[in-house]
Amino acid sequence: MTHEQAASSIAERFSSASIETGTPLTVSVPPDQWRSFAQFAKESLGCRFFNFLSAVDWKEAGLEVVAVVDNLDDNLSLRMKTRLGSGEARCPSLVPVFRGANWMERECYDMFGVVFDDHPDLRRILLGDDWQGHPLLKSYAVDTPHPPYR
Amino acid sequence: MAIKSPVPEVPAPVWRSFKDLQEFEALRQRRPEGDKHSAAFEALTEGIHQFPGGFVVTTLADTFFNWARKSSVWPVTFGLACCAIEMMATFASRFDVERLGMVPWASPRHSDLMIVSGTVTIKMAPMLERIYAQMPDPKWAVSMGSCANSGGPFRHGYHVVKGVDRVIPVDVYVPGCPPPPESLLNGLLLLQEQIAHFRRTGQRAAPNEKLD
Repeated sequence: MTHEQAASSIAERFSSASIETGTPLTVSVPPDQWRSFAQFAKESLGCRFFNFLSAVDWKEAGLEVVAVVDNLDDNLSLRMKTRLGSGEARCPSLVPVFRGANWMERECYDMFGVVFDDHPDLRRILLGDDWQGHPLLKSYAVDTPHPPYR
Repeated sequence: MAIKSPVPEVPAPVWRSFKDLQEFEALRQRRPEGDKHSAAFEALTEGIHQFPGGFVVTTLADTFFNWARKSSVWPVTFGLACCAIEMMATFASRFDVERLGMVPWASPRHSDLMIVSGTVTIKMAPMLERIYAQMPDPKWAVSMGSCANSGGPFRHGYHVVKGVDRVIPVDVYVPGCPPPPESLLNGLLLLQEQIAHFRRTGQRAAPNEKLD
């Protein structure tokens, strides 16, 4: 499956998705279609390799969750995004589709505070359990006190 | 939560309770009641010291014991980051700290020196503190590299302790990023001088100047 075929089949199935052609193919979907789009990418586009998942903090415009899934057989890479909206931190989890998303979503919750619905084990993964706040948010000051060491 | 300027204002280190070397020395000099043997030994050494010409024996013995103490410093292996590679190189055959009597030992309970080699994160600091507390008194600490000295290139990060001297008392700061084995060797020689100074005077010497 080429990029053009993938883009046309996405446009056919998801009318509200905005598609930027290029490498990788970038698709933005609303959060309520996030998991169904991932299911579609896995089953119809053959993107079975879950590469990574992270988030971007666009300050007033809210958080954006980004994931890259790959079809290694056809050399197709798909970057999928979803805007959560201002002040919103809930997002559907991809764990029912890709089991590899488990720790990625835990890390995303740890660093950005994105709460993934239906995640089986959503708790901090890198920082200590007693950590306050989510340090990769733009609103987190780097000299936030952390007694007794800072 | 307001966005602050990118350069953080780092507050001064807060010292918490730790057992000083002088406390240990006072404890060592206090003898339990009814200890006949050590009292007899002390009387004997005092007698030798007061005997004409006998001071040569006692002072030479003191010098010998001081040399023996400072030449048998066992560091606990505590590698945290890339500085640990340089520390391992220092322990290995080319630089060979074993000629200084140092044996890298994997147990804090048998060691009297901790070389903090690398970045101390806020998550790691309680473990570092616990390992330091497990070492028997008298104990020394060498802070190796920029990260352990002050946070180094990660000083403006959210997760790094800005200098290991906020967690444990440090005797020698070794600058560099990472310090080469020669640098660490120099630091260890400085530490030997400090140990000799402590044995002579009963006072812990001030740490050397901290260069990031």
